[in-house]
Amino acid sequence: MSADLGTILPEILLSLFAILGLLGAVYTGKDALASALVWVTSAVFLGLAAWIGLSGEGTHIAFNGMFVDDGFARFAKVVILLSAAAVLVMSEGYMKSRDLLRFEYPVLVALSVVGMMMMVSAGDLMALYMGLELQSLALYVVASLRRDSARSTEAGLKYFVLGALSSGLLLYGASLVYGYAGTTLFSGIIQTAQHGDVSLGLLFGLIFLIAGLAFKVSAVPFHMWTPDVYEGAPTPVTAFFATAPKVAAMALFARVMHDAFGGAIKDWSQVVALLSVLSMLLGAFAAIGQTNIKRLMAYSSIAHMGYALIGLAAGTALGIQSMLVYMAIYVTMNIGTFAFILMMERDGQPVTDISALNQFAKREPGKALAMLVLMFSLAGVPPMLGFFAKFGVWQAGVDAGLVWLVVVSAFASAIGAYYYLRIVFFMYFGSEDGAIEVNGSKTLWVFLMGAAAIIGIAWVPGINMFGIGAIAELAATSLVN
Amino acid sequence: MDSLLSIVTFIPALGALVLAVFLRGDDEAANRNAKAAAMFATSATFLVSLFILFGFDVNETGFQFVEQADWLMGLQYKMGVDGISLLFVMLTTFMMPLVIAASWNVETRVKEYMIAFLLLETLMLGVFMALDLVLFYLFFEAGLIPMFLIIGIWGGANRIYASFKFFLYTFLGSVLMLVAMVGMYVDAGTTDIETLLTHSFAFESFSLLGVQVVGGMQTLLFLAFFASFAVKMPMWPVHTWLPDAHVQAPTAGSVVLAAILLKMGGYGFLRFSLPMFPVGSDVLAPLVLWMSAIAIVYTSIVALVQEDMKKLIAYSSVAHMGFVTMGIFTANQQGIDGAIFQMISHGFISGALFLCVGVIYDRMHTRDIDAYGGLVTRMPAYALIFMLFTMANVGLPGTSGFVGEFLTLMAVFQVNTWVAAVATTGVIFSAAYALWLYRRVVMGDLIKESLKSITDMSTRERVIFAPLVVMTLLLGVYPALILDIIGPSVAALVANYDTALAAADAASQVVSN
Repeated sequence: MSADLGTILPEILLSLFAILGLLGAVYTGKDALASALVWVTSAVFLGLAAWIGLSGEGTHIAFNGMFVDDGFARFAKVVILLSAAAVLVMSEGYMKSRDLLRFEYPVLVALSVVGMMMMVSAGDLMALYMGLELQSLALYVVASLRRDSARSTEAGLKYFVLGALSSGLLLYGASLVYGYAGTTLFSGIIQTAQHGDVSLGLLFGLIFLIAGLAFKVSAVPFHMWTPDVYEGAPTPVTAFFATAPKVAAMALFARVMHDAFGGAIKDWSQVVALLSVLSMLLGAFAAIGQTNIKRLMAYSSIAHMGYALIGLAAGTALGIQSMLVYMAIYVTMNIGTFAFILMMERDGQPVTDISALNQFAKREPGKALAMLVLMFSLAGVPPMLGFFAKFGVWQAGVDAGLVWLVVVSAFASAIGAYYYLRIVFFMYFGSEDGAIEVNGSKTLWVFLMGAAAIIGIAWVPGINMFGIGAIAELAATSLVN
Repeated sequence: MDSLLSIVTFIPALGALVLAVFLRGDDEAANRNAKAAAMFATSATFLVSLFILFGFDVNETGFQFVEQADWLMGLQYKMGVDGISLLFVMLTTFMMPLVIAASWNVETRVKEYMIAFLLLETLMLGVFMALDLVLFYLFFEAGLIPMFLIIGIWGGANRIYASFKFFLYTFLGSVLMLVAMVGMYVDAGTTDIETLLTHSFAFESFSLLGVQVVGGMQTLLFLAFFASFAVKMPMWPVHTWLPDAHVQAPTAGSVVLAAILLKMGGYGFLRFSLPMFPVGSDVLAPLVLWMSAIAIVYTSIVALVQEDMKKLIAYSSVAHMGFVTMGIFTANQQGIDGAIFQMISHGFISGALFLCVGVIYDRMHTRDIDAYGGLVTRMPAYALIFMLFTMANVGLPGTSGFVGEFLTLMAVFQVNTWVAAVATTGVIFSAAYALWLYRRVVMGDLIKESLKSITDMSTRERVIFAPLVVMTLLLGVYPALILDIIGPSVAALVANYDTALAAADAASQVVSN
């Protein structure tokens, strides 16, 4: 038992921290403490990330298989914690200046991160659901953080209703799986579904599970909530939605597919491939007409989930490895991009219209260049890291015989390049009117420049993406064997 | 000098970095410094690259100056040159100082302009030296970014449309090539070009979606690479981005585009398509030959009716690139020799022609042919130089334009007489549009009021043209300068190609028995 508790110590500590933070804030200065709490929470995230990343070794199973701590989970947790820390710090200035910074915000983010950590370590359908709901409930509230804005509350409500629906689907699938497998443990389910020999009921359960999970990663056709929620939620919250929860959901997706249904790869691989292809195409086409940069980023994230899903659809260790690398790079690009979006304002009001970027490069060449790097990276143009991310998943896809999927994704990425270019176009070639100011927050500047530097330079021989490929390989082999 | 190639490749990038970090302000002095620094960097690159040229052993057919280091995802950072790539490297380093010199009167955002061109040079050099598939792709594709900005920021009135068209057209072709590269990586287990050149990709026919694919995987890979290189070349019917890009790009951008960037397509055919997919090339060679012949005739006729000088020369470029693809896919020594020669010589000639347009555009700010006439009376030196390059463009014996066209036509005559016949008519059309252009712009009476005060070429302009004139005439009378360097490598390429085809033939005989 104590060994079990030792395995989930990071989660316990983070939960304790969240509760203590809540109590402390309630009984003392409330929102006055919010700023400090944001920084402390980030520091805790960083500490946990360092601890998990540096000390974890081997595979530990706790609570009779309910909770798994392996290389895969650790990789995902580190990415989640780091990106959550980054986004929290980025939000502080924005929220403070708009009177949005309440002490609940860091607490809720911490709780949702606990949920995410549970998700990626889940070894049982119950644990999966617990983690998922903990994460989602916190996110529903965060989405409607701006209580006096109709759009924000609408976003929260929409997210909640559709999220509840997807949870229902997921639960229904889980109950079917339980009914036909006789257990909720992944290690038990995989026993009943060996060698592609899956009963029809189990298959039904699997499909409903996938539908629920696809909602969380916002894969088409379960993506409808994404643009509205991204647009309606306060921008820092959008930045958060686009990063950590996506990693968690994607990791959970991979975990369920491989740990529970690793014997039926053929059955789910085609479903995942379909989700992937639809996401890439819809993401590429629907973003073309967008004028709001937050909506555009929503469609962009849908498309990127499609590319990452190629790695999952491959059903191999190489696939998982490339997916993990993809997610890490995706998160870095999004942090940088959202740092920029957070800076966009006119007369102190946030601006999200991309045509407001007219001739931005003339006034702020440094920031424009960073944004240019990020946009070309999102489009997958070498030498930026976004290209290597795509190269990785394509390699896994071709290796697994999914050539058609890779070819479609090649077309989708060429179409998608258009809307990223459009942002560059406004910044560099646009007309002179309707200029925006950019607030001078040093924190955001650091994140924008840092992300752009990583994306633009980390491929250089000698840096080699900080060896993330090898770590992801270890993580992937711990999941798929 | 173990890392000579990397040094040459990254000198311009270093120059760009220095400009980006240390140059401040945008006053007169800063602009002058930016130009001087760019000039210095490109000249230094050229001088250092001479070490490659003189250290190169022409009798060796393999890659020389090879350098190698581990890179991410199991890839290699590997550079090297052989007889085929060496001259493209030299062409690039030779042209870039001239390009910078031709940009001396740029006034807007000079620093960024120079940075873009310097980065572009690094990327172009990388393309010709890379010996790893993905490294090649990286340089190949990244070149789109500076070119996109060059057209989009410093281009003409309709630059937005042209820059987007340029980027998306080439990007779509390239991602298909990337898919094929991934497929090759998975199949051969390596991205090392040297190893891949000896790897035999499957050529057993199979049926895909009910269509019988002759040549199997090789044909598919060939088509994917073709999608990229044909757009880059550009070949008819995917050439339509080029006239737009040329017309809208600033003069220097047009020169780089015509002189160097287009050659990446031809280089790609020689480096990848022909040696790596011999069966696929063989299957599709007739198609490519006919496309080339159509390109030569069709775009020559289109060039006849152009009103815009740059557009006319752009179409003429497409026609001349038709000779290149035709020469390459004859797959014999003369054809490939001729194709490479044509590419190098076209680099000088078309670059010079765009510079010629630039000279009068700088004075009159129009490219309309109708706006000119009778320039010879006020600009004798210009008329002389323009005539020389017009003749070279037509392929007059004694200029380098003749050698390439003649070799490729002779080669294709051995392979497909009809294609040769059609393509030869293109030579006549090219004489027609080029001479007519010259007649309308330079000859006749100087009646236009606005031209009465036009001045002849300045010393700076004369200096820019001097090396191009020398090279055009020198290669015209002594083509061995080039043929000696490329000869052994091309011979090896052709020999390997024939061996691979014979082996494939033998294998299919065994199967059918």
